[in-house]
Amino acid sequence: MRADLDIIQDWIPQGSRVLDLGCGSGELLDYLTQHKGVQGYGLEIDPDNIATCVSKGLNVIEQNLDLGLTNLATGSFDVVVMTQSLQALKYPDKVLAEMLRVGKTCIITFPNFGHWRCRWYLASKGRMPVSDFLPYTWYNTPNIHFCTFRDFEALCHKSQLTILDRLAVDRLHRDSMLTSLWPNLLGEIGIYRVTR
Amino acid sequence: MSSSLPADCVGLVSPQTVHFDQPLALACGRQLDQYDLVYETYGQLNATRSNAVLICHALSGHHHAAGYNSLDERKPGWWDNAIGPGKPIDTNKFFVVSLNNLGGCNGSTGPASTNPATGKPYGGEFPVLNVVDWVHSQARLADLLNIKVWAAVIGGSLGGMQALQWSITYPERVRNAVVIASAPKLSAQNIAFNEVARQAILSDPEYHGGQFYAHNVVPKRGLMLARMVGHITYLSDAAMGSKFGRELKTDHLNYDFHSVEFQVESYLRYQGEEFSGRFDANTYVLMTKALDYFDPAAAFNDDLSLAMAQAQANFLVVSFTTDWRFSPERSREIVDALLEARKSVSYLEVDAPQGHDAFLLPIERYFTALRGYLNRIDC
Repeated sequence: MRADLDIIQDWIPQGSRVLDLGCGSGELLDYLTQHKGVQGYGLEIDPDNIATCVSKGLNVIEQNLDLGLTNLATGSFDVVVMTQSLQALKYPDKVLAEMLRVGKTCIITFPNFGHWRCRWYLASKGRMPVSDFLPYTWYNTPNIHFCTFRDFEALCHKSQLTILDRLAVDRLHRDSMLTSLWPNLLGEIGIYRVTR
Repeated sequence: MSSSLPADCVGLVSPQTVHFDQPLALACGRQLDQYDLVYETYGQLNATRSNAVLICHALSGHHHAAGYNSLDERKPGWWDNAIGPGKPIDTNKFFVVSLNNLGGCNGSTGPASTNPATGKPYGGEFPVLNVVDWVHSQARLADLLNIKVWAAVIGGSLGGMQALQWSITYPERVRNAVVIASAPKLSAQNIAFNEVARQAILSDPEYHGGQFYAHNVVPKRGLMLARMVGHITYLSDAAMGSKFGRELKTDHLNYDFHSVEFQVESYLRYQGEEFSGRFDANTYVLMTKALDYFDPAAAFNDDLSLAMAQAQANFLVVSFTTDWRFSPERSREIVDALLEARKSVSYLEVDAPQGHDAFLLPIERYFTALRGYLNRIDC
């Protein structure tokens, strides 16, 4: 399993109701269904991913996150998960608010634009950072709302959300003393557990 | 039909007719004392009787869903592209049952059948049916076939409504419900189109209050108009545009009222003509009424999620982007109610230009999902 998913699954209680926003091919949901007895649903827009989820017997709903979650009842899920999608949303702040309306807690992962490599790239070349990990150029990137860990935490603070857990990891999803010491500089991916 | 059947065809099939003489109480308050149902089956029922699938047909459908009834049949059953060995509804795995609904005109008891009380055709006297009546009659057929639980109940359009109703009325008898291009109830616009179709038939002088059989006529003109209106709602604007555009049949405009000038006129007339030669006018009126009346939430305080809370089945819901008869939004209502009722559900909104008719077509994404979903069912 993808390393970030392994960290996330550890944060999800047995038997909970889980909504996975942008569930991809259903890797996390499949694991949670089989090993943690969760009732899970994924929202996804990619046709191939949806077909894969259906063939795995997972609940998957074709739904565009940018159109909101208004169809889902308040408090209807224990945990709402969103991995690596926050930066690709049109209204990340609204989706975050919606996630915490629908779910009691949410788990969010996103790439850190404050990582030293991004800073170095921008400082030395004067151009938007491009890397193997985020290989797009500014005009074709699906990632339209990059933020740093500090930016995200400022949004949580402004929205009066409580950060329950935070883990800064490198691109292989390893955490180390250094990433926990200077997360905003050395962490490449942030994994946050947030509640209202 | 070609001289040899393709390997993924169920082959030659024979419809069977079964007679019921235990009265069936109907939603309208009346009852049918006795009735026939005609059905076909494809594949083999397994030893534990756990692989049975029910196919529910739409407005003008019937029991002949797959294969050929005879070697001279020009076309196979209406859903042959989906049902067969190796097809999405795989007859190597499933025992598929497909019937003609009560009130139909393809062999099951309907308005054209003889009313035992009068010795004459029921005609307009045939009871107006509700989707739940069909479900009860289908349950009787399941009893007869000794099928306690359906592995899946599958239907498109009005057929999808039957699948939904099955999951509410007989929750313990449906393991999976596949609801395609359907809606939880008709909109005012849907009912309006149905009313135009009905008025076309009812106001045809040859309708004779539904007793046209005795006059040896059929309200052909009315039925034709009804079908033409229906057909417009089955196709998307884009599909009609690409199929016909403003193409003319002639090379100039005739400046008269009677010529068939545009290709689309010719197409609609052909469809209406063909349909009016094979379909019963009373059945058409009855089917549109069953559509109009369908509203499973009504018995649950108009709360669809309460209605769906009855269900024990898992659901697959599919809609098509250009379907404006039962648009994706209508399928979303079903999905949202199922989510609220905490049922297992997957939903696909398939990008397809064909409009409502897409549910009958072998669209790759749709069939892949259907196959993938049904493959997962344990039998």
